[in-house]
Amino acid sequence: MASKYKTRLKVKEKKGIVNVKALISHPMLTGLTKDKNGDKIPAHYINEVVVTANDKVVMTANWGGAVSKDPYISFDYAGASGDAVKLSWTDNQGNKGDAEKKVK
Amino acid sequence: MKRRTFLKNTLVASATGTALGTALVAPGVAVADSHAEKADPFQASSFDDALKAAGISGVEESDKIAITAPEIAENGAVVPIGVASDIEGTEEITILIAENPTPYAAKFTMGEGSNALVKCRFKMGKTSDVIGIAKVGDKYYSGKRSVKVTLGGCGG
Repeated sequence: MASKYKTRLKVKEKKGIVNVKALISHPMLTGLTKDKNGDKIPAHYINEVVVTANDKVVMTANWGGAVSKDPYISFDYAGASGDAVKLSWTDNQGNKGDAEKKVK
Repeated sequence: MKRRTFLKNTLVASATGTALGTALVAPGVAVADSHAEKADPFQASSFDDALKAAGISGVEESDKIAITAPEIAENGAVVPIGVASDIEGTEEITILIAENPTPYAAKFTMGEGSNALVKCRFKMGKTSDVIGIAKVGDKYYSGKRSVKVTLGGCGG
């Protein structure tokens, strides 16, 4: 089944530095908001993002509910064109998602 | 009288809500166990507690930690924040938003060969200081920047 959470990944190399940009569509609920009846909406957020390049971890992010809805992330690492960059995430309800791209 | 009962009810509701919330969250944390720390800093409700739970102490202020954030954020739900550390050997970047209900917002662990710069978007409840903490070896350095949040666009 196709995941309802879309993960988009963009990688760009410039002078030995690879810029990774990612956009994940995810509600990122803090668990503090309430619905119309005043009931709390349970927390639902991504708590771990792991980015690897050629199977080597380049960045791990631990997130809380304070990260905005549809999180965007951008960072650099020293790499070369041809690297296989893979991003995978897990949320607090056990959902998972990933995206893979080769650096041009 | 109506107002009185209303207030009372909301108070009770919020109290039980918090209790329930913590009870629900606790097993989830135990199962996920992705954080090596004893207490989960993401659940800490004050800035100092969050630092303690994350095992961060002896933070030194440094002008080498640059935080890019808008001075005035019109929409508190989406505040773009970037943290860059100029200190060599930065291993971790932690972002805290002091006035949020849970100040501990995110932790980025940098792998080998990555230059310490991350950008991400965060929610902010109200005007607050944004603190970026970089871990270098066993030392911590921090940078601070205040972001004004104007809800409703009244200019704050």
